[in-house]
Amino acid sequence: MLDFPTWKKVWLWGLTLVAVLAAMPSLFSAANVDWPEALPHPQVNLGLDLAGGSHILLEADPSQVAAQRLENMEEAVRAEMRRAEPRIRIGDISTTNGQLSFMLDSPGDIDRARGLIEPLMQGNNLVREWNLSVVDTQRMILTPTDDGIEQAVDDAMESAIDVIRRRIDSLGTREPTIIRQGDTRIVVQVPGLEDTDQLKRLLGETAKLEFKLVDVNALITDIQAGVVPPGSQIFPYAEGTLQEGQLVAVRRLGGIRGDSLTNAQAGVDQRNNENVVNIQFDQQGASKFCSLSTENVNRPFAIILDEKVISAPNFNEPICGGSAQISGNFTAESANELAISLRSGALPVDLAVVEERTVGPDLGADSIRKGLLAMLIGSIAVVTLMIATYGRFGIYATIALIFNVLIILGLMAGLNTTLTLPGIAGFVITIGAAVDANVLINERIREERKRGRRVIAAVENGYKEASRAIYDANITNFIAGVLLFLFGSGPVRGFAVVLVIGLFTSVFTALVLTRMWVAGWLRAKRPSDINV
Amino acid sequence: MKLLKLVPEDTNIKFLKLRVPFFIFSLLLIAASWALVLVNGLNYGVDFAGGQEIRATFTQTEEAPIAELRSSVGSLENVGSPIVQTFGAPNEVSIRVKLPPEAEGNPEFAAEMTTAITDSLKANYSDIRIDGVDSVSGKVSGEFRQDAVLALLAAMLAVALYIWVRFEWQFGVGALFALFHDVSVTLGMFALFQLEFSLQIIAAILAIIGYSLNDTIVVYDRIRENLKKYRKMPLPELLDLSVNETLARTVMTSLTLLVALVPLLVVGPASLFGLVAAITAGLFIGTYSSVYLAAPVLIWLGVNSNSFVPQESKADIQERKARGEA
Repeated sequence: MLDFPTWKKVWLWGLTLVAVLAAMPSLFSAANVDWPEALPHPQVNLGLDLAGGSHILLEADPSQVAAQRLENMEEAVRAEMRRAEPRIRIGDISTTNGQLSFMLDSPGDIDRARGLIEPLMQGNNLVREWNLSVVDTQRMILTPTDDGIEQAVDDAMESAIDVIRRRIDSLGTREPTIIRQGDTRIVVQVPGLEDTDQLKRLLGETAKLEFKLVDVNALITDIQAGVVPPGSQIFPYAEGTLQEGQLVAVRRLGGIRGDSLTNAQAGVDQRNNENVVNIQFDQQGASKFCSLSTENVNRPFAIILDEKVISAPNFNEPICGGSAQISGNFTAESANELAISLRSGALPVDLAVVEERTVGPDLGADSIRKGLLAMLIGSIAVVTLMIATYGRFGIYATIALIFNVLIILGLMAGLNTTLTLPGIAGFVITIGAAVDANVLINERIREERKRGRRVIAAVENGYKEASRAIYDANITNFIAGVLLFLFGSGPVRGFAVVLVIGLFTSVFTALVLTRMWVAGWLRAKRPSDINV
Repeated sequence: MKLLKLVPEDTNIKFLKLRVPFFIFSLLLIAASWALVLVNGLNYGVDFAGGQEIRATFTQTEEAPIAELRSSVGSLENVGSPIVQTFGAPNEVSIRVKLPPEAEGNPEFAAEMTTAITDSLKANYSDIRIDGVDSVSGKVSGEFRQDAVLALLAAMLAVALYIWVRFEWQFGVGALFALFHDVSVTLGMFALFQLEFSLQIIAAILAIIGYSLNDTIVVYDRIRENLKKYRKMPLPELLDLSVNETLARTVMTSLTLLVALVPLLVVGPASLFGLVAAITAGLFIGTYSSVYLAAPVLIWLGVNSNSFVPQESKADIQERKARGEA
């Protein structure tokens, strides 16, 4: 046990040195000293509860993705049937129960219809996305497969992440972390943001922009009574508009979606000093908008944002230049936010904020200061106790403890983990518990000496007999720590990280490093008695 | 240099003489803890109940207007009666609001409430600084509760299993029972004093499990060693010997952990108080359970000096028979 050949010593010191060096950039930055840029600089990340910032958990509603997909399929099927030569007449179209179902006027069209629909069912992936069945010879039913829906939700989440990133970037905030969590959730972490209201508004807004024709034939009494005319939908006016509280009926199909925008900028209308958002369509959107406005000159259309009507002006003339203006009683701020949302694209799915944690930067800095002070006092107390009780062996334990803290920091920096406020508590507990290994060893050496063993044998036996319990205790603690990490969330995970890393480093420093030092001392001095 | 000896040499305290009364006491303690948890309930923080906790500092005022805050925040729609307390210093407050029943099925509800409360605070008090906001919806808090229960159960079972493998089944049962005691009593304390029960406390309980187990393993390791060494010694005597032999270590380790924790309790950040207080209490609970529960359970489960004699394998038996021995 006490045999340390040179190669072993070189290895142990080398490992220690690497870990300690990795801790240096973090210590330098804690002391506000610049670390040379040219050198590698792994750093311990500070959690949001220490650095200040916001953690926002967003959740998507997958049923909405499925509904949208069904609607897209309905439009595509209608268009294909209309375009067919000769036209295939269909009727009794419904999208209830998550299925698209319709009747062919003549059963003879069935093969042609199938031939046209099958290409629509093919996604760009290998999974089968839809099933097509025919009942009673002329009713066709399209059912999305579970794989297809899963794929659609997955795609929607991925593109939602891109949209969120663009929106946050446009706020000029630095280094947001945006990660997918599970199937339908996204975590957004933004460091050092004082006011989270704007961020939450930006994330909460789906920004689905639609232009739909107003159903001028709908009776106002019907709309008020909630009776939806066939082929139409009813939307309320948005909050803050002059017509707030009123309802509008619009034609369900045949409108234009705002996902074909290339640009959106807030501006002021020169004629009446109103805040507006100027939008620019891409080529396809421009030509659709051109034909819609040409066919419907002097008829009203509704500008709908997230299922709420912003305004419902008339097409005064065909608009074919590819740009348009949205007005809707905006303030400068709300016009700007809408422009940002439109520029970054619509979210493919509504996201709800289901968890928010924000810590102001002052509180975080205060926590670090108090945590470090407590850690310092605690360490001094532990060290005093160890040296008073075990003398020279206590000094070895103390040096091991200092290396332990440095190696934990170095590993945390190297593994790119995050230090949180509970993580600081984890450090303090590790300092208190790490010496347990040395306590076990030293008490055992005392016992062995008492039983009359010679110095070398007592030390050797002390390490050997104590190490069994040390390993068992650390392995069980490791199990508990890993489970805390797996089931815990946020800052609590930071606690688990420090505890688990601390277990490994404590065993290394307390069991291996101290043994090397004690062995070196015994070999050099060959004491006939030891004071322990 | 004369070294400090916290425990006199060669102690011979008859810990296990009182094992039956202490065991009954522990059982009563566990029952009382669960009764408290069921009757009083745990004072769930926002992590587990949903709702929001807003922490704020009044930068110009010495003392926060607690009563005024309570009524002004309480008058907002859907807020009900908020819990307003100072937090650390007299000008720092924490405002806790539970989720109303209306929040059911509306994931956005919690976030919208938070915005309404912070807006009204900023409008009413010009010198208020919002230090932190925790807002958790009903769905997420339900998941946190579920994960917490799973983490605790899984941790207890996994470590008991490990001990079973490393020692004998009786030791696994003993350790599991001691852990169950520690977790129960900690929960009971939180129910009795109605301290805020949050995710951090789950971390604390897992740390207690780790610490208590550490203690149990040290005692068990010594029991195993002594079982092999003193094969004729009656078990209660042997357990007492093992506890006494490891007593110096138990005291020293508890003390080092204690002197590390107390500064954190006194000068540490206010938001860590619950976590550190729970671990500090757990230090005593865990040490007690290792000596008075984990050890005597071994007597009742029939551990004896043959427990660690390796069993003869089938091959050995055949070999022995082949040699013609009995």
